[in-house]
Amino acid sequence: LEVERESLRARQLRARDLLRGDLEGKDLEEYVEERLLTTTLENVLNWGRANAIFPMTFGLACCAIEQISLVTSRYDIARFGAEAFRATPRQADLLILSGRVSIKMAPVVRRVYDQMLEPRWVMAMGACSSSGGMFANYAVVQGADKFMPVDIHVPGCPPRPEAVLHGLNKLQRMIRGRPDLGWRQRYNAEGTEEWARFEAGEPTPEAIERAALAVTPKHSETPPHLTGITDREEETDA
Amino acid sequence: MPDAPGLELIAQGIEEGRQDTVIETSFEHDRATLVVDPEGVLHVLSWLRDQPGQAYTFLASVHAADYLPATPRFAVHYELLSRERVERIHVKALLEDPAATNGDSPSDAGLPELDSCVELFPTAEFQEREAYDFFGIVFRGHPDLRRIAMPEDYVGWPQRRDFPIGGEPVLYTHNEIEAPRWFE
Repeated sequence: LEVERESLRARQLRARDLLRGDLEGKDLEEYVEERLLTTTLENVLNWGRANAIFPMTFGLACCAIEQISLVTSRYDIARFGAEAFRATPRQADLLILSGRVSIKMAPVVRRVYDQMLEPRWVMAMGACSSSGGMFANYAVVQGADKFMPVDIHVPGCPPRPEAVLHGLNKLQRMIRGRPDLGWRQRYNAEGTEEWARFEAGEPTPEAIERAALAVTPKHSETPPHLTGITDREEETDA
Repeated sequence: MPDAPGLELIAQGIEEGRQDTVIETSFEHDRATLVVDPEGVLHVLSWLRDQPGQAYTFLASVHAADYLPATPRFAVHYELLSRERVERIHVKALLEDPAATNGDSPSDAGLPELDSCVELFPTAEFQEREAYDFFGIVFRGHPDLRRIAMPEDYVGWPQRRDFPIGGEPVLYTHNEIEAPRWFE
């Protein structure tokens, strides 16, 4: 700690010398080199874009009420630089689909998205805009990504404002070009995907186990953990 | 709410103006219902609205219903309210399904038809459009009969009981096995 304090004092003195114009020659070059940060233009641009997202003032259904509370002092989306909700798609970067998209609204949503300028991002907020949610019927599009690209899906019905902010943070990291890893990458769990058991070749033990559990009748007389899975491997292989 | 004898008097008054209009009266759970001939529904509504002593001047709701296994299949319900006496009366017009009698395929058969009551109650305009939109009931004489909630180019009458509910089956872990290779 003592060393840090000394080096800080030294840097302060050098900064004072620079301001007075006392630094010259090699000392000046050293100082400048210390203070400069080199990066690419793209990185700077993305840094700026990520920290100044203008969302669209656009609500579809009940999730829009939660979206409103994002701006309040309790949640304060301004902490992440996204508090400027623009009332026109021409000025907006982010379209938050807050609610179910009915088949009559889908062309409108698509048009709003088309009017936004590049670069633009879309967040599907809640279950309905991600998958249709509870509205599995003739009137609602079963997932907004059927007619437009969606960058972030935030689950929930409705999602808490914190969840939306978490999604916004993830989106910011995507914009900076360093997206978060999925949980399978983070926990080193590749090969356990739902389709792993369908893949050709030797199935992984995990896949066999999962397939065996899936074909077990839900209300079988013997619980699956008592029957063991060894005699079921043949069924699933067939 | 007219009581049960009052309902019979109303039915009698309507019958004096037009024979065989009231098919049935029912009074259940303090709710007075007149089941009427669909051709005479305008007579019933105007009588209830204009007859001195009745004055059901407020049309609270127009809605349709589909009672599929039953015949007649459709019904249009009118909920009338007298705001002076705070009394309600319920008029129900039963409609046959022309598709059931005309042909085998519903597409070439007509839609059930009924007189529009927009002339009597202007508030019925949107509600009749809604009934048309969801049940395919045509209101004769309606000034602007087109879909109100569904897209204009939508095909079908989605609230009919024989209309598929739509949507997609949701895949969970327990029914994933029923849709093999869904990820393709």
